[in-house]
Amino acid sequence: MNWAGTGILWGLAGGLPLGIGLDKALAAEATAPQPFTFLQISDSHVGFDKPANPNALATLQEAIDRIKALPVKPAFMIHTGDISHLSKASEFDDADKLIAETGLRVFYVPGEHDLLDEGQGKAYLDRYGKGSKGTGWYSFDQEGVHFVGLVNVAGLAAGGLGKLGPDQLAWLKNDLGAVSASTPVVVFAHIPLWSIYPEWGWGTDDGAEALSNLKRFGSVTILNGHIHQVMQKVEGNVTFHTARSTAFPQPAPGKAPAPGPMKVPAGDLRKYLGVATVDFVRGSQPLAIVDRPLAG
Amino acid sequence: MCAWIRQSSSVPVARRAGRRFSAPRQLLVAGLLALPLWLIAASSASAAGAAATIQIENFTFTPAELSVEPGTTVTWVNHDDIPHLVAATDKGFRSPPLDTDDHFSFTFTKPGKFDYFCALHPRMTGTVVVTKPK
Repeated sequence: MNWAGTGILWGLAGGLPLGIGLDKALAAEATAPQPFTFLQISDSHVGFDKPANPNALATLQEAIDRIKALPVKPAFMIHTGDISHLSKASEFDDADKLIAETGLRVFYVPGEHDLLDEGQGKAYLDRYGKGSKGTGWYSFDQEGVHFVGLVNVAGLAAGGLGKLGPDQLAWLKNDLGAVSASTPVVVFAHIPLWSIYPEWGWGTDDGAEALSNLKRFGSVTILNGHIHQVMQKVEGNVTFHTARSTAFPQPAPGKAPAPGPMKVPAGDLRKYLGVATVDFVRGSQPLAIVDRPLAG
Repeated sequence: MCAWIRQSSSVPVARRAGRRFSAPRQLLVAGLLALPLWLIAASSASAAGAAATIQIENFTFTPAELSVEPGTTVTWVNHDDIPHLVAATDKGFRSPPLDTDDHFSFTFTKPGKFDYFCALHPRMTGTVVVTKPK
């Protein structure tokens, strides 16, 4: 975990994650070939108003303002779920209005907070699920990269973790079967696909089966949200990364009695919230992820 | 599908609300005389028509197992700063999302063991045991 004030650029050197300061990274980028960039935001929880952050809409606005100020416009944005706090139409409306200010195309996957309407996910699908399959999964290709949006928050079972389910796993196997092993793959879903801390539900029960379909690819990046903090892991050709929330931080695994919203000292909140940009540089370079906190 | 009554509301309920006993007072007094005090304190069975409360705090249902008599109305109260959603494993009942201080009530009419969990955080589980009528 890293709370560096200005953000971290992650690259891989000899299979090991290498973090360099954002200022240095931006300077380096100026001389590098223009990469293809996309953005990730997560866990905006519009509607949340508890002490950990009485105004989640304001911090989402700050994140959006930062995105609008980026010197190079990203190709698109992904949102890895928990757009809303209680799946209320007004919460989705408020989020949509702000996110539209970026002028970017947005690819969504739902978080568990987005499936709380009476139709248990119908509101989400009506609004964000056009062209998706099942509970909202889909794939698309951009600039030679294959992107897969997965749903692991629907129909959760008692005692379990996140769940993809057999229909989605069958679809994923079929979808990836048509992609060559040299194609970089980016998979995004709300709950981490690897087991971070099962005691708090931070993992996906059938995540391993999904990952088994990704072993043959040279470059795989898995982007998640849900845990409201940055975590990264590299396993072979797979880089796992979780993004910060734009709404409120959560404690590090096991560092609190429960994973609920974490109240941080006044003035520190924005160090814990942020957005991530991902640069894909053609050639032998892996994807590099830059996390930018709202403060700094 | 058994007959049941569902009530839910977003009106905050007093924390750790005491149980309301609608059993005749004499019965209760007789019980007090006949049983050691610790046994009464430990007993979570309630008389028909009574009420019992399950607290939700720190992503935990307390008590994790509650024993009640048929006709008892059980109320779940969320004390966390994050919503929870109480769902029966057999789909017999399902609360709306419960934000902070919201509560949900369900009246258990038939004897049996009823497992439930939080549909948002499925690692949270609990059981209501409805005893056979005495």
